[in-house]
Amino acid sequence: MGAQLRVYKRRIRSVTATKKITKAMEMIAASRVIKAQRKVAASAPYATELTRAVTAVGTGSNTRHPLTTKAETVTRSAVLLLTSDRGLAGAFNSNAIKQAERLTERLEREGQEVEIYIVGRRGVAHFNFRERKIAESWSGFTDEPTYADAKKVAAPLIEAIEKDTAEGGVDELHIVFTEFVSMMTQTALDDRLLPLSLEEVAKEAKPQGEILPLYDFEPSAEDVLDALLPRYVESRIYNALLQSAASKHAATRRAMKSATDNAGELITTLSRLANAARQAEITQEISEIVGGSAALADASAGSDR
Amino acid sequence: MAAELHVALVAADREVWSGEATLVVARTTSGDIGVMPGHQPLLGVLESGPVTIRTSDGGTVVAAVHGGFISFADNKLSLLAEIAELSDEIDVQRAERELERAKAEGDAAAERRADVRLRAATAR
Repeated sequence: MGAQLRVYKRRIRSVTATKKITKAMEMIAASRVIKAQRKVAASAPYATELTRAVTAVGTGSNTRHPLTTKAETVTRSAVLLLTSDRGLAGAFNSNAIKQAERLTERLEREGQEVEIYIVGRRGVAHFNFRERKIAESWSGFTDEPTYADAKKVAAPLIEAIEKDTAEGGVDELHIVFTEFVSMMTQTALDDRLLPLSLEEVAKEAKPQGEILPLYDFEPSAEDVLDALLPRYVESRIYNALLQSAASKHAATRRAMKSATDNAGELITTLSRLANAARQAEITQEISEIVGGSAALADASAGSDR
Repeated sequence: MAAELHVALVAADREVWSGEATLVVARTTSGDIGVMPGHQPLLGVLESGPVTIRTSDGGTVVAAVHGGFISFADNKLSLLAEIAELSDEIDVQRAERELERAKAEGDAAAERRADVRLRAATAR
């Protein structure tokens, strides 16, 4: 076998092995997307009921609460960025990071200090590499977040927003995550989580203009709101974590699918080249034989004369 | 047939139980409260404790609920909890172990959680 042909054969073997791996990763990601989507759906009843309850307190009483009161001048805000722990997900992480950078830039232009909180090793690595300050970060659960994880993330954020701005607290809390629109579309977006605008929540909760009953609050509207709002924030963060996880798996699936497709294409091209090389080798051998025998025939014909 | 109310017991990550009931007893921060069909709209903060649901077919469902809310309107009652377990989901031995460990470590929150689980499991 010629040297050229051997090189082609070797490359085909290695690309085939890579293709097998990416194909497996694609299928794993596909099954995880479905699982993650199911978790998003399972968390929906709690979120809906909680939104209803928040709306009920918000519209049924005139309670003020630090989590719903907008600061007159916003001097500092927190940005929570949700990324993943692992890469191989196409532009998933860079899109989320870019969105966070855009938001940070906008807030800084408005004259605010921005504190960044990050979930996921990819985001942490990005900010560490640029030697930017991170207020707090979490990692290790981005593939399958649980409610306890969301609580862990929410606790310092709620604490920061309840603290006075002068003592290092924040006035606003923004979240950047990747919304799972469909298998093919995931969009990175930012959202203001706090202070909560009760009107917007109310609009979300009852699109058909239903009238909420007058509730009896137990023990009191203030206490209920006090207990309710942190839970609401946690549930929003939980939902964002789940959506990010689903988006990440969908992005991985797509990235791995195109890797598999590319490997397949590469194998076709390489096989064609290998075939051509083999054919060239054969042609050369034949012409050598023909040339050789012609030379022999010529030589013997010469000696006859 | 007696009047019924629709109950949905939802934890943060799943719907634990839903169905028709005639009476629901839960523990709010200001004491136990029983809700029957036609109750006034209510929104309350729950304490850790067992929740008893008397279903319309005469059965009883007990669940251990750790924190959360009770809300009732239009004959629909929702119990929202961060963690909720039905009594038959509770692993009694594990809860007992937890209780002992929590007592030994002086972890009051864990002790209460384990205690609530045990009480819900035995109330079955």
